[in-house]
Amino acid sequence: MAEGIGTLRELRAALDSRKTSSVEIVGGCLRRAEASQQSLRAFVGLRAEAALREAEASDARRERGEVRSPLDGLPIAIKDNMVQTGEPTHCASRILEGFVSPYTATAVAGLERAGVVVIGRTNMDEFAMGSSTEHSVEGPTRNPWDLDRTPGGSSGGSAAAVAARIVPAALGSDTGGSIRQPASFCGVVGMKPTYGRVSRWGLVAFASSLDQIGAFALTAADCAWVLEAIAGHDARDSTSIPEPAPAYSAALSGDLSGLRLGLPKEYFVSEGVDAGVLAVVREAVAGLERAGAKTLEVSLPYARYAIATYYSIANAEASSNLARFDGVRYGHRTAGAKGLTEMYCRTRSEGFGAEVKRRILLGTYFLSAGYYDAYYRKAQQVRTLLRGDFEQAFAGCDAIVTPTSPEVAFRLGEKTSDPLTMYLSDIYTVSANLAGIPALSTPCGFAHGLPVGLQILGPALDEATPLRIADAFQRITDHHTACPGGVS
Amino acid sequence: MARISRAEVERVASLARLSLSDEEGDRLVREFESFLGYIDTLQEIDTAGVVPTAHPISLPTPTRPDEPEVAMDPDSAVANAPEAVASAFLVPKVIDTEAEG
Repeated sequence: MAEGIGTLRELRAALDSRKTSSVEIVGGCLRRAEASQQSLRAFVGLRAEAALREAEASDARRERGEVRSPLDGLPIAIKDNMVQTGEPTHCASRILEGFVSPYTATAVAGLERAGVVVIGRTNMDEFAMGSSTEHSVEGPTRNPWDLDRTPGGSSGGSAAAVAARIVPAALGSDTGGSIRQPASFCGVVGMKPTYGRVSRWGLVAFASSLDQIGAFALTAADCAWVLEAIAGHDARDSTSIPEPAPAYSAALSGDLSGLRLGLPKEYFVSEGVDAGVLAVVREAVAGLERAGAKTLEVSLPYARYAIATYYSIANAEASSNLARFDGVRYGHRTAGAKGLTEMYCRTRSEGFGAEVKRRILLGTYFLSAGYYDAYYRKAQQVRTLLRGDFEQAFAGCDAIVTPTSPEVAFRLGEKTSDPLTMYLSDIYTVSANLAGIPALSTPCGFAHGLPVGLQILGPALDEATPLRIADAFQRITDHHTACPGGVS
Repeated sequence: MARISRAEVERVASLARLSLSDEEGDRLVREFESFLGYIDTLQEIDTAGVVPTAHPISLPTPTRPDEPEVAMDPDSAVANAPEAVASAFLVPKVIDTEAEG
Protein backbone atom coordinates (compact mmCIF):
# COMPACT_ATOMS: atom_id res chain seq x y z
CA MET A 1 0.00 0.00 0.00
CA ALA A 2 1.43 3.36 -1.01
CA GLU A 3 0.73 6.16 1.42
CA GLY A 4 -1.39 8.72 -0.47
CA ILE A 5 -1.59 12.43 0.18
CA GLY A 6 -4.32 14.02 2.30
CA THR A 7 -6.55 16.97 1.46
CA LEU A 8 -5.23 20.52 1.20
CA ARG A 9 -6.96 21.33 4.49
CA GLU A 10 -5.36 18.35 6.25
CA LEU A 11 -1.95 19.33 4.90
CA ARG A 12 -2.47 22.95 6.00
CA ALA A 13 -3.26 21.79 9.53
CA ALA A 14 -0.19 19.51 9.55
CA LEU A 15 2.02 22.41 8.47
CA ASP A 16 0.52 24.81 11.00
CA SER A 17 1.02 22.31 13.84
CA ARG A 18 4.61 21.64 12.69
CA LYS A 19 3.91 17.95 12.13
CA THR A 20 5.47 18.19 8.68
CA SER A 21 7.18 20.62 6.32
CA SER A 22 6.54 21.74 2.78
CA VAL A 23 9.79 20.05 1.74
CA GLU A 24 8.53 16.76 3.15
CA ILE A 25 5.11 17.09 1.51
CA VAL A 26 6.52 18.09 -1.89
CA GLY A 27 9.20 15.38 -1.70
CA GLY A 28 6.48 12.79 -1.11
CA CYS A 29 4.50 14.04 -4.13
CA LEU A 30 7.57 13.82 -6.35
CA ARG A 31 8.34 10.27 -5.15
CA ARG A 32 4.77 9.11 -5.73
CA ALA A 33 4.66 10.81 -9.13
CA GLU A 34 7.81 9.01 -10.25
CA ALA A 35 6.77 5.66 -8.79
CA SER A 36 3.37 5.79 -10.52
CA GLN A 37 4.58 6.81 -13.96
CA GLN A 38 4.95 3.31 -15.32
CA SER A 39 1.44 2.27 -14.36
CA LEU A 40 -0.50 5.56 -14.72
CA ARG A 41 1.53 7.97 -16.86
CA ALA A 42 -0.29 10.92 -15.25
CA PHE A 43 2.67 13.28 -15.77
CA VAL A 44 4.61 14.49 -18.78
CA GLY A 45 7.23 16.36 -16.77
CA LEU A 46 8.27 16.99 -13.17
CA ARG A 47 10.10 20.05 -11.86
CA ALA A 48 11.74 18.29 -8.93
CA GLU A 49 14.58 20.70 -8.17
CA ALA A 50 12.56 23.89 -8.57
CA ALA A 51 9.67 22.45 -6.55
CA LEU A 52 11.91 21.45 -3.63
CA ARG A 53 13.61 24.85 -3.71
CA GLU A 54 10.21 26.59 -3.60
CA ALA A 55 9.12 24.28 -0.76
CA GLU A 56 12.22 25.28 1.21
CA ALA A 57 11.42 28.94 0.65
CA SER A 58 7.87 28.33 1.87
CA ASP A 59 9.14 26.58 5.00
CA ALA A 60 11.37 29.59 5.66
CA ARG A 61 8.40 31.95 5.24
CA ARG A 62 6.40 29.93 7.74
CA GLU A 63 9.27 30.08 10.25
CA ARG A 64 9.24 33.86 9.88
CA GLY A 65 5.46 34.04 10.27
CA GLU A 66 5.02 35.32 6.71
CA VAL A 67 2.63 32.70 5.31
CA ARG A 68 1.14 34.10 2.10
CA SER A 69 -2.14 32.18 1.94
CA PRO A 70 -3.77 28.96 3.19
CA LEU A 71 -2.14 27.24 0.21
CA ASP A 72 1.42 28.41 0.96
CA GLY A 73 3.80 25.44 0.69
CA LEU A 74 1.18 23.03 -0.65
CA PRO A 75 1.77 21.08 -3.88
CA ILE A 76 -0.23 21.15 -7.12
CA ALA A 77 0.11 19.80 -10.65
CA ILE A 78 -0.79 21.75 -13.78
CA LYS A 79 -2.02 20.55 -17.16
CA ASP A 80 0.51 20.60 -20.00
CA ASN A 81 -1.30 23.49 -21.72
CA MET A 82 -0.54 26.23 -19.17
CA VAL A 83 2.76 28.05 -19.40
CA GLN A 84 5.24 28.82 -16.64
CA THR A 85 8.43 30.81 -17.17
CA GLY A 86 11.43 28.58 -17.92
CA GLU A 87 9.32 25.41 -18.07
CA PRO A 88 8.35 23.31 -21.11
CA THR A 89 4.73 23.31 -22.35
CA HIS A 90 3.93 20.79 -25.10
CA CYS A 91 0.15 20.28 -25.02
CA ALA A 92 1.07 16.58 -25.37
CA SER A 93 1.88 17.36 -29.01
CA ARG A 94 4.92 16.80 -31.17
CA ILE A 95 4.45 20.22 -32.75
CA LEU A 96 5.43 21.98 -29.50
CA GLU A 97 8.48 19.81 -28.84
CA GLY A 98 11.31 21.81 -27.31
CA PHE A 99 9.12 24.79 -26.36
CA VAL A 100 10.16 26.50 -23.13
CA SER A 101 7.92 29.34 -22.04
CA PRO A 102 9.23 32.90 -21.69
CA TYR A 103 6.21 33.87 -19.57
CA THR A 104 3.78 32.57 -16.95
CA ALA A 105 0.02 32.04 -17.28
CA THR A 106 -2.04 34.33 -15.06
CA ALA A 107 -3.67 31.36 -13.29
CA VAL A 108 -0.26 29.82 -12.56
CA ALA A 109 1.04 33.23 -11.40
CA GLY A 110 -1.92 33.28 -8.97
CA LEU A 111 -0.74 29.98 -7.51
CA GLU A 112 2.84 31.25 -7.26
CA ARG A 113 1.66 34.39 -5.45
CA ALA A 114 -0.21 32.21 -2.98
CA GLY A 115 2.98 30.21 -2.33
CA VAL A 116 1.72 27.03 -4.03
CA VAL A 117 4.43 24.68 -5.32
CA VAL A 118 3.90 23.38 -8.87
CA ILE A 119 5.43 19.89 -8.94
CA GLY A 120 4.94 19.11 -12.63
CA ARG A 121 2.83 19.04 -15.75
CA THR A 122 0.09 16.47 -16.36
CA ASN A 123 -0.76 14.41 -19.41
CA MET A 124 -3.68 15.35 -21.65
CA ASP A 125 -5.26 14.73 -25.03
CA GLU A 126 -3.23 16.63 -27.62
CA PHE A 127 -4.29 20.31 -27.50
CA ALA A 128 -7.08 19.23 -25.11
CA MET A 129 -8.94 17.56 -27.98
CA GLY A 130 -10.37 14.33 -26.66
CA SER A 131 -12.33 12.65 -23.89
CA SER A 132 -9.90 9.91 -22.86
CA THR A 133 -6.27 11.20 -22.68
CA GLU A 134 -5.44 8.60 -25.33
CA HIS A 135 -4.58 11.25 -27.95
CA SER A 136 -1.27 12.16 -26.31
CA VAL A 137 2.12 11.99 -27.98
CA GLU A 138 3.40 10.64 -24.64
CA GLY A 139 0.95 7.73 -24.66
CA PRO A 140 -2.29 7.36 -22.67
CA THR A 141 -2.86 8.00 -18.98
CA ARG A 142 -4.59 5.12 -17.19
CA ASN A 143 -7.42 5.24 -14.68
CA PRO A 144 -6.20 4.52 -11.11
CA TRP A 145 -9.43 2.60 -10.45
CA ASP A 146 -8.82 0.18 -13.34
CA LEU A 147 -5.62 0.35 -15.36
CA ASP A 148 -7.37 -1.05 -18.44
CA ARG A 149 -9.65 2.00 -18.53
CA THR A 150 -9.18 5.63 -19.49
CA PRO A 151 -9.22 8.39 -16.87
CA GLY A 152 -11.43 10.44 -19.20
CA GLY A 153 -10.13 13.57 -20.83
CA SER A 154 -8.80 15.78 -21.88
CA SER A 155 -7.43 16.66 -18.41
CA GLY A 156 -6.99 12.96 -17.61
CA GLY A 157 -3.49 13.31 -16.15
CA SER A 158 -4.66 15.90 -13.62
CA ALA A 159 -7.68 13.80 -12.61
CA ALA A 160 -5.63 10.59 -12.27
CA ALA A 161 -2.90 12.35 -10.26
CA VAL A 162 -5.44 13.58 -7.70
CA ALA A 163 -7.42 10.32 -7.64
CA ALA A 164 -4.23 8.31 -6.99
CA ARG A 165 -3.41 10.73 -4.13
CA ILE A 166 -0.15 11.76 -5.83
CA VAL A 167 -1.08 15.43 -5.39
CA PRO A 168 -3.95 16.96 -3.41
CA ALA A 169 -5.01 19.26 -6.28
CA ALA A 170 -4.38 20.04 -9.93
CA LEU A 171 -5.34 22.57 -12.57
CA GLY A 172 -7.13 21.52 -15.72
CA SER A 173 -8.90 23.22 -18.60
CA ASP A 174 -12.47 22.57 -19.69
CA THR A 175 -13.70 23.37 -23.21
CA GLY A 176 -16.53 20.82 -23.38
CA GLY A 177 -16.19 18.82 -20.18
CA SER A 178 -12.43 18.24 -20.00
CA ILE A 179 -12.34 18.81 -16.23
CA ARG A 180 -15.73 17.40 -15.19
CA GLN A 181 -15.77 14.15 -17.20
CA PRO A 182 -12.31 12.99 -15.98
CA ALA A 183 -13.26 14.07 -12.44
CA SER A 184 -16.31 11.82 -12.77
CA PHE A 185 -14.33 8.88 -14.22
CA CYS A 186 -11.63 9.14 -11.52
CA GLY A 187 -13.85 9.87 -8.49
CA VAL A 188 -12.58 13.36 -7.60
CA VAL A 189 -14.02 16.89 -7.53
CA GLY A 190 -13.52 19.00 -10.65
CA MET A 191 -14.91 22.44 -11.39
CA LYS A 192 -15.15 24.62 -14.47
CA PRO A 193 -15.97 28.17 -13.33
CA THR A 194 -18.02 30.71 -15.29
CA TYR A 195 -16.46 31.58 -18.65
CA GLY A 196 -14.12 34.51 -17.99
CA ARG A 197 -13.79 33.90 -14.24
CA VAL A 198 -10.20 32.62 -14.59
CA SER A 199 -7.93 34.39 -17.07
CA ARG A 200 -7.02 32.46 -20.22
CA TRP A 201 -3.73 34.36 -20.57
CA GLY A 202 -1.04 31.68 -20.87
CA LEU A 203 -3.51 28.85 -21.54
CA VAL A 204 -2.79 27.48 -25.02
CA ALA A 205 -5.97 28.28 -26.94
CA PHE A 206 -8.22 25.50 -28.26
CA ALA A 207 -11.68 27.09 -28.64
CA SER A 208 -11.53 30.62 -27.32
CA SER A 209 -15.24 31.17 -26.63
CA LEU A 210 -15.46 27.91 -24.64
CA ASP A 211 -12.07 27.39 -22.90
CA GLN A 212 -11.92 27.88 -19.14
CA ILE A 213 -9.31 26.93 -16.53
CA GLY A 214 -10.53 25.18 -13.40
CA ALA A 215 -9.43 22.91 -10.58
CA PHE A 216 -9.38 19.29 -9.39
CA ALA A 217 -9.28 18.44 -5.68
CA LEU A 218 -10.37 15.75 -3.22
CA THR A 219 -13.10 17.92 -1.66
CA ALA A 220 -15.29 20.85 -2.70
CA ALA A 221 -13.76 22.92 0.09
CA ASP A 222 -10.26 22.32 -1.30
CA CYS A 223 -11.48 23.13 -4.79
CA ALA A 224 -12.78 26.46 -3.44
CA TRP A 225 -9.34 27.29 -2.05
CA VAL A 226 -7.63 26.68 -5.37
CA LEU A 227 -10.25 28.67 -7.30
CA GLU A 228 -9.83 31.61 -4.92
CA ALA A 229 -6.12 31.65 -5.84
CA ILE A 230 -6.61 31.57 -9.63
CA ALA A 231 -9.84 33.54 -10.22
CA GLY A 232 -10.21 37.27 -10.71
CA HIS A 233 -9.87 39.98 -13.31
CA ASP A 234 -6.90 40.09 -15.67
CA ALA A 235 -6.43 43.01 -18.06
CA ARG A 236 -4.45 40.70 -20.38
CA ASP A 237 -7.58 38.69 -21.23
CA SER A 238 -10.24 40.83 -22.88
CA THR A 239 -12.91 38.26 -21.93
CA SER A 240 -11.93 38.30 -18.25
CA ILE A 241 -14.81 39.21 -15.90
CA PRO A 242 -13.95 42.54 -14.25
CA GLU A 243 -14.52 41.37 -10.66
CA PRO A 244 -12.16 40.17 -7.92
CA ALA A 245 -12.13 36.46 -7.00
CA PRO A 246 -15.20 35.70 -4.86
CA ALA A 247 -14.70 34.32 -1.34
CA TYR A 248 -15.97 30.83 -2.18
CA SER A 249 -14.92 29.23 1.11
CA ALA A 250 -17.17 31.62 3.03
CA ALA A 251 -20.18 30.27 1.12
CA LEU A 252 -19.68 26.67 2.30
CA SER A 253 -22.32 26.74 5.02
CA GLY A 254 -23.40 23.10 4.78
CA ASP A 255 -26.99 24.35 4.68
CA LEU A 256 -29.25 23.27 1.83
CA SER A 257 -32.61 24.21 3.34
CA GLY A 258 -34.86 25.93 0.85
CA LEU A 259 -32.45 25.35 -2.04
CA ARG A 260 -34.27 24.71 -5.34
CA LEU A 261 -32.63 22.01 -7.47
CA GLY A 262 -33.68 21.71 -11.11
CA LEU A 263 -33.70 18.26 -12.72
CA PRO A 264 -33.73 18.53 -16.54
CA LYS A 265 -36.43 16.17 -17.74
CA GLU A 266 -34.44 15.54 -20.94
CA TYR A 267 -31.55 14.09 -18.90
CA PHE A 268 -33.43 11.95 -16.39
CA VAL A 269 -34.60 9.40 -18.92
CA SER A 270 -33.26 5.89 -19.36
CA GLU A 271 -32.31 6.47 -23.00
CA GLY A 272 -28.64 7.10 -23.70
CA VAL A 273 -27.43 6.70 -20.12
CA ASP A 274 -26.15 3.66 -18.26
CA ALA A 275 -28.84 2.37 -15.87
CA GLY A 276 -26.32 1.93 -13.05
CA VAL A 277 -25.10 5.52 -13.44
CA LEU A 278 -28.64 6.91 -13.45
CA ALA A 279 -29.60 4.93 -10.34
CA VAL A 280 -26.59 6.29 -8.42
CA VAL A 281 -27.36 9.85 -9.52
CA ARG A 282 -31.02 9.50 -8.49
CA GLU A 283 -29.92 8.27 -5.06
CA ALA A 284 -27.60 11.28 -4.74
CA VAL A 285 -30.50 13.61 -5.57
CA ALA A 286 -32.60 11.86 -2.92
CA GLY A 287 -29.77 12.48 -0.44
CA LEU A 288 -29.78 16.20 -1.27
CA GLU A 289 -33.57 16.25 -0.75
CA ARG A 290 -33.18 14.61 2.67
CA ALA A 291 -30.68 17.37 3.51
CA GLY A 292 -33.30 20.04 2.84
CA ALA A 293 -33.13 20.77 -0.89
CA LYS A 294 -36.33 20.89 -2.93
CA THR A 295 -36.33 19.42 -6.40
CA LEU A 296 -38.34 20.45 -9.40
CA GLU A 297 -38.44 19.48 -13.04
CA VAL A 298 -36.88 21.89 -15.54
CA SER A 299 -36.62 21.64 -19.30
CA LEU A 300 -33.70 22.25 -21.65
CA PRO A 301 -35.41 21.65 -25.00
CA TYR A 302 -32.32 22.50 -27.06
CA ALA A 303 -29.98 20.29 -25.01
CA ARG A 304 -30.28 17.47 -27.53
CA TYR A 305 -28.55 19.69 -30.08
CA ALA A 306 -25.66 20.51 -27.74
CA ILE A 307 -23.11 18.05 -29.16
CA ALA A 308 -23.72 19.08 -32.77
CA THR A 309 -23.56 22.76 -31.78
CA TYR A 310 -20.49 22.29 -29.66
CA TYR A 311 -18.42 20.38 -32.21
CA SER A 312 -19.30 22.86 -34.95
CA ILE A 313 -18.15 25.84 -32.88
CA ALA A 314 -15.20 24.19 -31.14
CA ASN A 315 -13.71 22.81 -34.37
CA ALA A 316 -14.11 26.13 -36.19
CA GLU A 317 -12.37 28.02 -33.38
CA ALA A 318 -9.67 25.33 -33.13
CA SER A 319 -8.86 25.52 -36.84
CA SER A 320 -8.32 29.25 -36.45
CA ASN A 321 -6.34 29.05 -33.19
CA LEU A 322 -4.05 26.24 -34.37
CA ALA A 323 -3.04 28.15 -37.50
CA ARG A 324 -0.29 29.69 -35.35
CA PHE A 325 1.63 26.41 -35.24
CA ASP A 326 3.57 26.81 -38.46
CA GLY A 327 7.20 25.96 -37.65
CA VAL A 328 8.29 29.61 -37.64
CA ARG A 329 8.29 30.87 -34.05
CA TYR A 330 8.40 27.78 -31.85
CA GLY A 331 8.25 24.01 -31.76
CA HIS A 332 8.78 21.44 -34.47
CA ARG A 333 9.95 22.37 -37.98
CA THR A 334 10.28 19.85 -40.79
CA ALA A 335 13.74 19.29 -42.24
CA GLY A 336 14.75 20.29 -45.76
CA ALA A 337 11.58 21.94 -47.10
CA LYS A 338 12.25 23.91 -50.29
CA GLY A 339 9.67 26.68 -49.97
CA LEU A 340 7.59 28.33 -47.28
CA THR A 341 4.27 26.64 -48.09
CA GLU A 342 5.92 23.25 -48.21
CA MET A 343 7.54 23.99 -44.85
CA TYR A 344 4.13 24.89 -43.32
CA CYS A 345 2.39 21.82 -44.73
CA ARG A 346 5.05 19.31 -43.80
CA THR A 347 5.66 20.81 -40.34
CA ARG A 348 1.95 20.72 -39.49
CA SER A 349 1.38 17.27 -40.99
CA GLU A 350 4.30 15.83 -39.01
CA GLY A 351 3.55 17.76 -35.83
CA PHE A 352 -0.19 17.22 -35.28
CA GLY A 353 -1.78 13.89 -34.37
CA ALA A 354 -4.79 12.36 -36.13
CA GLU A 355 -7.51 13.79 -33.85
CA VAL A 356 -6.12 17.33 -34.05
CA LYS A 357 -5.90 17.12 -37.86
CA ARG A 358 -9.47 15.83 -38.03
CA ARG A 359 -10.76 18.77 -36.01
CA ILE A 360 -8.70 21.38 -37.87
CA LEU A 361 -10.05 20.04 -41.17
CA LEU A 362 -13.68 19.98 -40.03
CA GLY A 363 -13.29 23.47 -38.59
CA THR A 364 -11.66 24.78 -41.75
CA TYR A 365 -14.55 23.32 -43.73
CA PHE A 366 -17.16 25.01 -41.49
CA LEU A 367 -15.46 28.38 -41.89
CA SER A 368 -14.80 28.08 -45.62
CA ALA A 369 -16.66 30.06 -48.26
CA GLY A 370 -20.13 28.68 -48.91
CA TYR A 371 -20.40 26.71 -45.65
CA TYR A 372 -19.96 29.38 -42.98
CA ASP A 373 -23.66 30.27 -42.68
CA ALA A 374 -24.88 26.67 -42.86
CA TYR A 375 -22.55 25.39 -40.15
CA TYR A 376 -20.75 27.97 -38.05
CA ARG A 377 -23.36 30.72 -37.96
CA LYS A 378 -26.16 28.17 -37.54
CA ALA A 379 -24.37 26.66 -34.54
CA GLN A 380 -23.86 30.11 -33.01
CA GLN A 381 -27.60 30.75 -33.34
CA VAL A 382 -28.48 27.43 -31.69
CA ARG A 383 -26.02 28.41 -28.97
CA THR A 384 -28.19 31.47 -28.30
CA LEU A 385 -31.27 29.25 -27.98
CA LEU A 386 -29.45 26.90 -25.60
CA ARG A 387 -28.35 29.84 -23.44
CA GLY A 388 -32.01 30.85 -23.35
CA ASP A 389 -32.92 27.37 -22.06
CA PHE A 390 -30.62 27.84 -19.09
CA GLU A 391 -31.79 31.40 -18.40
CA GLN A 392 -35.34 30.15 -18.28
CA ALA A 393 -34.47 27.16 -16.10
CA PHE A 394 -32.51 29.29 -13.62
CA ALA A 395 -35.46 31.66 -13.29
CA GLY A 396 -37.10 28.88 -11.25
CA CYS A 397 -34.20 27.11 -9.53
CA ASP A 398 -30.85 27.83 -7.85
CA ALA A 399 -28.86 25.00 -9.42
CA ILE A 400 -29.31 22.17 -11.90
CA VAL A 401 -28.15 18.61 -11.28
CA THR A 402 -27.44 15.94 -13.90
CA PRO A 403 -25.15 12.95 -14.33
CA THR A 404 -21.68 14.22 -15.36
CA SER A 405 -21.25 11.45 -17.91
CA PRO A 406 -23.70 8.91 -19.34
CA GLU A 407 -21.30 6.11 -18.42
CA VAL A 408 -18.46 5.07 -16.15
CA ALA A 409 -14.85 5.08 -17.39
CA PHE A 410 -14.61 3.23 -20.68
CA ARG A 411 -11.79 0.90 -21.74
CA LEU A 412 -8.62 2.07 -23.44
CA GLY A 413 -9.09 1.79 -27.19
CA GLU A 414 -12.87 1.32 -26.88
CA LYS A 415 -13.76 4.55 -28.71
CA THR A 416 -10.65 5.59 -30.59
CA SER A 417 -11.77 3.98 -33.85
CA ASP A 418 -15.06 5.91 -33.97
CA PRO A 419 -14.60 9.64 -33.25
CA LEU A 420 -18.33 10.37 -33.19
CA THR A 421 -18.93 7.82 -30.40
CA MET A 422 -16.17 9.52 -28.40
CA TYR A 423 -17.82 12.94 -28.97
CA LEU A 424 -21.18 11.67 -27.71
CA SER A 425 -19.69 10.88 -24.30
CA ASP A 426 -19.66 14.67 -23.67
CA ILE A 427 -23.46 14.91 -23.90
CA TYR A 428 -24.06 16.30 -20.38
CA THR A 429 -21.01 18.55 -20.12
CA VAL A 430 -20.78 20.64 -23.32
CA SER A 431 -23.92 22.70 -22.56
CA ALA A 432 -22.23 24.49 -19.64
CA ASN A 433 -19.43 25.65 -21.96
CA LEU A 434 -21.87 26.77 -24.63
CA ALA A 435 -23.87 28.74 -22.02
CA GLY A 436 -20.72 29.93 -20.21
CA ILE A 437 -22.07 28.84 -16.82
CA PRO A 438 -20.16 27.26 -13.91
CA ALA A 439 -20.40 23.50 -13.36
CA LEU A 440 -18.67 20.92 -11.22
CA SER A 441 -18.57 17.16 -10.83
CA THR A 442 -18.51 15.55 -7.40
CA PRO A 443 -18.23 11.82 -6.61
CA CYS A 444 -21.67 10.38 -5.82
CA GLY A 445 -21.15 6.62 -5.73
CA PHE A 446 -20.15 3.64 -7.82
CA ALA A 447 -21.61 1.70 -10.73
CA HIS A 448 -19.94 -1.44 -12.11
CA GLY A 449 -17.26 -0.90 -9.43
CA LEU A 450 -16.23 2.46 -10.93
CA PRO A 451 -16.82 6.06 -9.77
CA VAL A 452 -19.88 8.04 -10.85
CA GLY A 453 -19.98 11.85 -10.87
CA LEU A 454 -22.89 14.15 -10.05
CA GLN A 455 -22.81 17.32 -12.13
CA ILE A 456 -24.03 20.52 -10.44
CA LEU A 457 -24.53 23.60 -12.63
CA GLY A 458 -25.08 27.14 -11.41
CA PRO A 459 -26.19 30.36 -13.11
CA ALA A 460 -23.49 32.57 -14.65
CA LEU A 461 -21.10 34.10 -12.08
CA ASP A 462 -22.42 31.85 -9.29
CA GLU A 463 -19.73 29.23 -8.64
CA ALA A 464 -20.55 29.49 -4.92
CA THR A 465 -23.87 27.64 -5.13
CA PRO A 466 -22.56 24.46 -6.85
CA LEU A 467 -19.59 24.48 -4.43
CA ARG A 468 -21.91 24.86 -1.43
CA ILE A 469 -24.10 21.97 -2.63
CA ALA A 470 -21.10 19.70 -3.30
CA ASP A 471 -19.61 20.58 0.10
CA ALA A 472 -22.91 19.88 1.87
CA PHE A 473 -23.20 16.58 -0.02
CA GLN A 474 -19.69 15.61 1.09
CA ARG A 475 -20.64 16.29 4.72
CA ILE A 476 -23.40 13.65 4.52
CA THR A 477 -21.68 11.10 2.25
CA ASP A 478 -18.23 9.53 1.99
CA HIS A 479 -17.97 8.75 -1.75
CA HIS A 480 -15.26 11.39 -2.14
CA THR A 481 -13.05 9.66 0.44
CA ALA A 482 -12.95 6.34 -1.47
CA CYS A 483 -9.44 5.50 -2.70
CA PRO A 484 -8.49 3.35 -5.66
CA GLY A 485 -6.76 0.05 -4.83
CA GLY A 486 -3.06 0.31 -4.03
CA VAL A 487 -3.48 3.72 -2.37
CA SER A 488 -4.28 4.35 1.28
CA MET B 1 -25.21 9.56 -50.39
CA ALA B 2 -21.87 11.23 -50.74
CA ARG B 3 -21.98 14.85 -49.71
CA ILE B 4 -18.24 15.32 -49.67
CA SER B 5 -15.67 14.16 -52.20
CA ARG B 6 -12.05 13.26 -51.81
CA ALA B 7 -11.19 16.38 -53.84
CA GLU B 8 -13.16 18.54 -51.38
CA VAL B 9 -11.26 17.08 -48.44
CA GLU B 10 -7.99 17.78 -50.28
CA ARG B 11 -9.09 21.37 -50.91
CA VAL B 12 -9.85 21.89 -47.22
CA ALA B 13 -6.49 20.31 -46.28
CA SER B 14 -4.72 22.74 -48.57
CA LEU B 15 -6.54 25.68 -46.91
CA ALA B 16 -5.44 24.32 -43.51
CA ARG B 17 -1.86 23.80 -44.70
CA LEU B 18 -1.98 20.06 -44.08
CA SER B 19 -0.90 17.36 -46.49
CA LEU B 20 -2.70 14.03 -46.28
CA SER B 21 -1.54 10.54 -47.10
CA ASP B 22 -3.86 8.42 -49.30
CA GLU B 23 -4.93 6.45 -46.28
CA GLU B 24 -5.66 9.62 -44.27
CA GLY B 25 -7.61 11.13 -47.16
CA ASP B 26 -9.85 8.06 -47.52
CA ARG B 27 -10.48 7.85 -43.81
CA LEU B 28 -11.31 11.57 -43.57
CA VAL B 29 -13.90 11.34 -46.34
CA ARG B 30 -15.71 8.67 -44.28
CA GLU B 31 -15.37 10.69 -41.08
CA PHE B 32 -16.63 13.89 -42.72
CA GLU B 33 -19.67 11.98 -44.00
CA SER B 34 -20.43 10.61 -40.57
CA PHE B 35 -19.93 13.91 -38.75
CA LEU B 36 -21.75 16.12 -41.26
CA GLY B 37 -24.63 13.66 -41.18
CA TYR B 38 -24.78 14.01 -37.41
CA ILE B 39 -24.70 17.82 -37.29
CA ASP B 40 -27.38 18.03 -39.96
CA THR B 41 -29.82 17.78 -37.06
CA LEU B 42 -29.19 21.50 -36.48
CA GLN B 43 -30.90 22.26 -39.81
CA GLU B 44 -34.28 21.18 -38.38
CA ILE B 45 -34.23 24.16 -35.98
CA ASP B 46 -35.83 27.40 -37.11
CA THR B 47 -33.21 30.03 -36.28
CA ALA B 48 -34.68 32.87 -38.34
CA GLY B 49 -33.97 36.14 -36.54
CA VAL B 50 -31.90 34.51 -33.76
CA VAL B 51 -28.82 36.56 -32.91
CA PRO B 52 -25.68 34.37 -33.03
CA THR B 53 -23.68 33.98 -29.79
CA ALA B 54 -19.98 34.66 -30.28
CA HIS B 55 -19.19 34.79 -26.58
CA PRO B 56 -21.33 33.43 -23.76
CA ILE B 57 -20.77 36.29 -21.31
CA SER B 58 -21.42 39.73 -22.78
CA LEU B 59 -18.77 42.25 -21.81
CA PRO B 60 -17.98 45.58 -23.41
CA THR B 61 -14.62 45.56 -25.19
CA PRO B 62 -12.23 46.76 -22.51
CA THR B 63 -9.85 49.60 -23.23
CA ARG B 64 -6.69 50.70 -21.46
CA PRO B 65 -4.77 53.97 -21.42
CA ASP B 66 -2.53 54.31 -24.48
CA GLU B 67 0.71 54.21 -22.53
CA PRO B 68 3.88 52.37 -23.56
CA GLU B 69 4.67 49.25 -21.55
CA VAL B 70 7.74 47.05 -21.39
CA ALA B 71 7.21 44.23 -23.88
CA MET B 72 8.98 40.88 -24.06
CA ASP B 73 12.64 41.40 -25.00
CA PRO B 74 13.56 40.25 -28.52
CA ASP B 75 15.98 37.57 -27.34
CA SER B 76 13.27 35.84 -25.33
CA ALA B 77 10.81 36.23 -28.20
CA VAL B 78 13.03 34.33 -30.64
CA ALA B 79 14.53 31.88 -28.12
CA ASN B 80 12.08 29.13 -29.18
CA ALA B 81 12.46 29.65 -32.93
CA PRO B 82 13.67 26.63 -34.94
CA GLU B 83 15.90 29.13 -36.82
CA ALA B 84 16.60 32.73 -35.93
CA VAL B 85 19.24 35.36 -36.55
CA ALA B 86 19.55 38.27 -34.11
CA SER B 87 15.93 39.19 -33.38
CA ALA B 88 14.50 37.80 -36.63
CA PHE B 89 12.77 34.50 -37.39
CA LEU B 90 14.37 32.69 -40.33
CA VAL B 91 12.11 30.94 -42.85
CA PRO B 92 12.77 29.20 -46.17
CA LYS B 93 12.84 31.48 -49.20
CA VAL B 94 9.41 32.80 -50.09
CA ILE B 95 10.32 33.82 -53.64
CA ASP B 96 12.59 32.06 -56.14
CA THR B 97 10.79 28.79 -55.45
CA GLU B 98 7.69 27.17 -56.84
CA ALA B 99 4.58 29.33 -56.98
CA GLU B 100 3.33 29.96 -53.48
CA GLY B 101 -0.33 29.82 -52.51
